[in-house]
Amino acid sequence: MSVILYLLAGSLVLGGGGLAVFLWALRSGQYDDLEGAANRILFDDDRS
Amino acid sequence: MTAITADRLLPAASDHAAEDAACAHCGQPIPGGGGSADAGKRFCCSGCSAAYATIQGLGLGRYYQQRLLDPALRAPRPETGERWDLDRAVTVNADGTCELSMAIDGLQCGACVWLIESVLGREPAVVAGRVNMTSRRLRLVWRGVAADGEPLVGRIEALGYRLVPFDAAALKAAQDQTGRALMRALAVAGFAAGNVMFISIGIWAGEAAGWLDGMGPATRDLLHWFSALIALPAIAYAGMPFFRSAASALRQGRSNMDLPISIGVLLVTAMSLVESFRHGEHTYFDSAVSLLFFLLIGRVLDHRARGVARATAEQLLTLRASDVAVLQPDGSTLRRSQHAIAPGDRILVGLGERIGVDGVVERGSSALDASLVTGESLPVQAGPGTQVFAGTLNLGEPLTVRATATGGATLLAECVRLIEAAEARRSRFVVLADRVARRYAPTVHLAALLTFLYWYLVGGLALAPALLIASAVLIITCPCALALAVPAVQVIATSRLFQSGVLLKSATALERLAEVDTVVFDKTGTLTEPTLGLAEAADPETLRLAASLAASSRHPLARSLLAAAGPVPAATGVVEHPGQGLSLGETRLGSRAFCGDPDAPASDRPELWLARAGHAPVRFVFDERLRPDAAAVIARLRRMGTDIRLMSGDRPGPVQHVAETLGIATWQAGCSPVGKVAAIEALAAAGRRVLMVGDGLNDGPSLAAAHVSASPATAADISQTVADVVFQGHDLAPVAAILDTARRARATMRENLALSIGYNVLMVPLAVAGLVTPWLAAAAMSSSSLLVILNSFRLKRGGGR
Repeated sequence: MSVILYLLAGSLVLGGGGLAVFLWALRSGQYDDLEGAANRILFDDDRS
Repeated sequence: MTAITADRLLPAASDHAAEDAACAHCGQPIPGGGGSADAGKRFCCSGCSAAYATIQGLGLGRYYQQRLLDPALRAPRPETGERWDLDRAVTVNADGTCELSMAIDGLQCGACVWLIESVLGREPAVVAGRVNMTSRRLRLVWRGVAADGEPLVGRIEALGYRLVPFDAAALKAAQDQTGRALMRALAVAGFAAGNVMFISIGIWAGEAAGWLDGMGPATRDLLHWFSALIALPAIAYAGMPFFRSAASALRQGRSNMDLPISIGVLLVTAMSLVESFRHGEHTYFDSAVSLLFFLLIGRVLDHRARGVARATAEQLLTLRASDVAVLQPDGSTLRRSQHAIAPGDRILVGLGERIGVDGVVERGSSALDASLVTGESLPVQAGPGTQVFAGTLNLGEPLTVRATATGGATLLAECVRLIEAAEARRSRFVVLADRVARRYAPTVHLAALLTFLYWYLVGGLALAPALLIASAVLIITCPCALALAVPAVQVIATSRLFQSGVLLKSATALERLAEVDTVVFDKTGTLTEPTLGLAEAADPETLRLAASLAASSRHPLARSLLAAAGPVPAATGVVEHPGQGLSLGETRLGSRAFCGDPDAPASDRPELWLARAGHAPVRFVFDERLRPDAAAVIARLRRMGTDIRLMSGDRPGPVQHVAETLGIATWQAGCSPVGKVAAIEALAAAGRRVLMVGDGLNDGPSLAAAHVSASPATAADISQTVADVVFQGHDLAPVAAILDTARRARATMRENLALSIGYNVLMVPLAVAGLVTPWLAAAAMSSSSLLVILNSFRLKRGGGR
């Protein structure tokens, strides 16, 4: 049953990764303007 | 009397003219028909023409194809303004770039965001120009010195948007730290709840399969410890908002909803930890963490609903607080926002402008309308040395005012004071959730204590198992569905109203609206349209002539005449005689005394006279036009069981006429602002819950005095600031829709509360009897929370009309 240890550790790492990504997204302001993001996708910038 | 006929219920003549005479930039009908034409496009003014040229010149013409103009919002017509003085609004970053945050007025759709960002993106000095569409703010970062920001702001203003800088210090204070902290706590709690729950399912499965090939005690202990490893730090972090609030309540010797939550969570965690040490069978880590998770969902939703209300109010205040023209030593003027005015600054106040500061008149003499500040409806005379107050309107000659007070004493602060006064009066209103919570918490604690005492003293259990049962009672009764019951409904109702152009500015407005049994309407501008219509058909040729004179005046009657005539080119060389009328050579347009026939029968309605050489004077009589759907809305409100009243400052004749047309039995004419407040307070004293709908400056106090208040978006600044609800558009229908949504929201809240309390009534006996196992607690708690959330979502669909 020692496989359970690997599974537990694995699930924790995966879950923790998801949490870290969310916290990063929150900190970098990606949740600040949801309405703007929804509209912005309609306008591609042809300037590049 | 044929005042209210179908054809005149239609918006004024501008509609059919809009096809061929709408400005190519701002989309507004072109007054006077002419305007400037350029490359086959027609423009209403040189500002629009220049903006069009700029946009086409930058190759951003797609803006015009992709935008959607909402007629209810401010049209993107450039206004000529002086230069901004941005010194106090710009912050310098560590890397030497300058940063500025501004509120944008006139954002219509995604195309506006694209346009602004593209224009800024082509400026070489700009490092970042980003529009936040949710909060309607522009963040601008550029290389160089603070003064370089001014031309950048000018670029955007030239496109037709209005920008108002935020004070850098105020902005920092307003940043939503709490909201972010709650979101982080929610993320941590959600992560922990998911993982601990997975592990718990393993434990429960092991227990259930015990007769087959059960989980050994060692494995169970391992899983318990692993749960603790995840749960303990998560509870320490995500529980902080609750622990902190409970601790501060305790320090002040009070109790609040967070106290039972904190006690429950901490007790359950401690018990579970002890059980893990004792190799016990049951731990409740999953319950403790998912409890926090669900509670935090409620907290985040609640904070968001309040945040929307607060941000909307802030935006209104920032945009409404008009900028002030500060006189420079060299005689030129610079614009500065009100809060950036220092005592001693000299301010120029033009005709029709509102004085933005408290101060003393230095030069000029004029009549001032102080109705907003003092309630006095007659203009007061002001000259050098007169003390003037923020919020007064200059009706005459330009004045130079020396500021004597700043910040705290300006119109902005005046608005805030009025709001605070109104809020203070309303603070006696206890929201539904708090009313329930007040009785709930002591009952629950008492039940848990009695359970513990029973099992310990009577039931003969040891200390630990007795405590375990008591904490099961606490888990089961923890008010998590209760804490979700109200905010979930509030968020859904608020966003639903927001989509239909209704802004709920106060978080408690929804619950107060649901209680309304009396609706008091103001007449002018609320039941009727903001502009007047012609009461009698006039000879088209005469009308056109009169309109060509009227085109050069800002007088309300002149504007209405112009609207009735449709696009007419403005005559040149028109002279305005203040208080009398307009003249062009021998032709005169104005009051009866100015050009009319003194012997004509008197009229009780507004009128304009046109006098020409060789013709008899012609009279134009104006009438108020009811909002197109006023009658339908009144009927609908009456069907909803509300008592409808009309209170107006106007004369009895027109008020009675409107009241009779709409079938309003109770009406009052000639009300002063003070009289309206007294009438509303009398209604309140009689136990009525009054919704006041009004738009004028003189409605401000009564809006604040009413149980809850609404203003159309066309209303005077102060009314919009004071009102709990601001509705946009041409129609009155939102008033009925708001009441309807509020009532349905209250019904849903009550269902939610009944659901969560009913669940407790079912589960508490089980818990008291010691029959609740961890999986049962977890299942019951999650299902009741989900049930409440799902029930709230019913509000989102159906029943809209």
